Amino acid sequence: MSTTDQETVPFLLRGPGKPFPPPEYVEMREREGLARAVLPSGEPVWLVTRHEDVRKVLTDKRISSNPDHEGFPRPLKTGGVPSAKEVPGWFVSLDSPEHDRFRKALIPEFTVRRIRELRPAIQDVVDRSIDAMLAQGDTADLVEDFALSVPSLVISMLLGVPPVDRDFFEAKTKVLVTITSTDEERTKANEHLMRYINRLITLRLKRPGDDLLSRLIKNDVLTTEELSGVAMLLLIAGHETTANNIALGAVTLMQNPEWIGDDRAVEEILRIHSVADIVALRVAIEDVEIGGQLIKAGEGIVPLMAAANHDEKQYACPADFDPSRSARAHVAFGYGIHQCLGQNLVRVEMELAYRTLFERVPTLRIAVPVEELPFKYDGVLYGLHALPVTW
Amino acid sequence: MAARIEIEPGQCVGAAQCVLTASELFDQDEDGYVVVLNKEPAGDEQLDHARTAEMICPSQSIVLVED
Ligand code: HEM
Ligand code: SF4
Repeated sequence: MSTTDQETVPFLLRGPGKPFPPPEYVEMREREGLARAVLPSGEPVWLVTRHEDVRKVLTDKRISSNPDHEGFPRPLKTGGVPSAKEVPGWFVSLDSPEHDRFRKALIPEFTVRRIRELRPAIQDVVDRSIDAMLAQGDTADLVEDFALSVPSLVISMLLGVPPVDRDFFEAKTKVLVTITSTDEERTKANEHLMRYINRLITLRLKRPGDDLLSRLIKNDVLTTEELSGVAMLLLIAGHETTANNIALGAVTLMQNPEWIGDDRAVEEILRIHSVADIVALRVAIEDVEIGGQLIKAGEGIVPLMAAANHDEKQYACPADFDPSRSARAHVAFGYGIHQCLGQNLVRVEMELAYRTLFERVPTLRIAVPVEELPFKYDGVLYGLHALPVTW
Repeated sequence: MAARIEIEPGQCVGAAQCVLTASELFDQDEDGYVVVLNKEPAGDEQLDHARTAEMICPSQSIVLVED
């Protein structure tokens, strides 16, 4: 077993001009034990890079998702994970069994059957976004004009935001994730959205509709406060994550056009880009051994999804884009009880987005050299700030 | 060689990885939890599907007993 006074690596290994996932992950996977990093706050954390170890971290009951525990990692200066005490209903921050009540209430909304029923409505959202993009001329920013719009409109539909309010909803959610927004603009947009969601809940209490919020109200297992937290969680968890995948995947498909039209590309795009690399933060609440490393109670852990999804032991030639491989065991959506609730929705969104985009705009191409694309290095999620395209 | 699918009770988190992998073996009930349609996968393809489902189920609810 290795000792704790080992050398440390920087926490954020991404950087301009560097490939993603960072090449350092290769060496980190091969060394004994786990890697130690120091967060910008000065706190140390364990970085977990092997596929097998990441799955262990995400299923071990001695490891917690609750940010109220001493030692929970705070990777960036702003935008730490709220606890369910701070935002009631933020169940991704709860452990079993508290977490399970929320998950149980939500899963009927995300079954394969339910998502299949939503396909025509999702297709409609994709079509309308492409209509709007094409109407602008022969160039666009595929991030702003397509990749961000689709998930925002899909979530507003899911939550039962009335059509007249969807432009407002989309505008506010965009502010939250756009790089050029100031902190002040972001705080304001967040407040507007919270207030809007609370108004929507009040409306659905009086006049139920055929939507997720109305059904949750009818089931009566969550408080109004929890409902509003759940709605915010769905919005935040499902917006930029999906948008970044749509945009990065579009680049990958334009570079590998032989895979356009093959739905297997979706799973491989999720694996190869692993945008949620540093999303699943954890803390040990008892001593636990992972990958030959003793982690003491109170020490922070970051399982790196991109590192696990590029583990050579799991995937041969992991950097190669090969949709014919079976990528299904990837951890792009996490693993264990918190594995992404929205994953089947995302799969359909991505499938319909690519199929429709390349069918309707067959001459689509990137307007700048790929090396010049503004990749996101500084945020929690990996992705693209913009994707200039032409057709 | 016979194989049998068993479900660990009370663990499923409704992620439907099993349904996406093997819709001939698994489904979800009204509440979104796993239902086994066919407990005894037969033939290479079904066995292969059942093994994949066992491996990728995020809550480790699926156990394939092969004897
Ligand atoms: C490609 C897009 C997406 C990616 C890569 C992604 C990734 C993830 C990951 C890694 C987790 C696990 C977090 C953890 O263990 O701490 C997670 C959880 C979650 N995701 Fe997603 N997500 C995506 C889209 C969505 C969408 C569209 C929704 C909803 C509409 C959604 C809702 C959730 C929720 C509610 C959780 C928490 C589940 C729980 O705690 O039981 N996600 N997601
Ligand atoms: S894959 Fe596992 S957790 Fe998901 S529905 Fe099937 S049994 Fe349940």
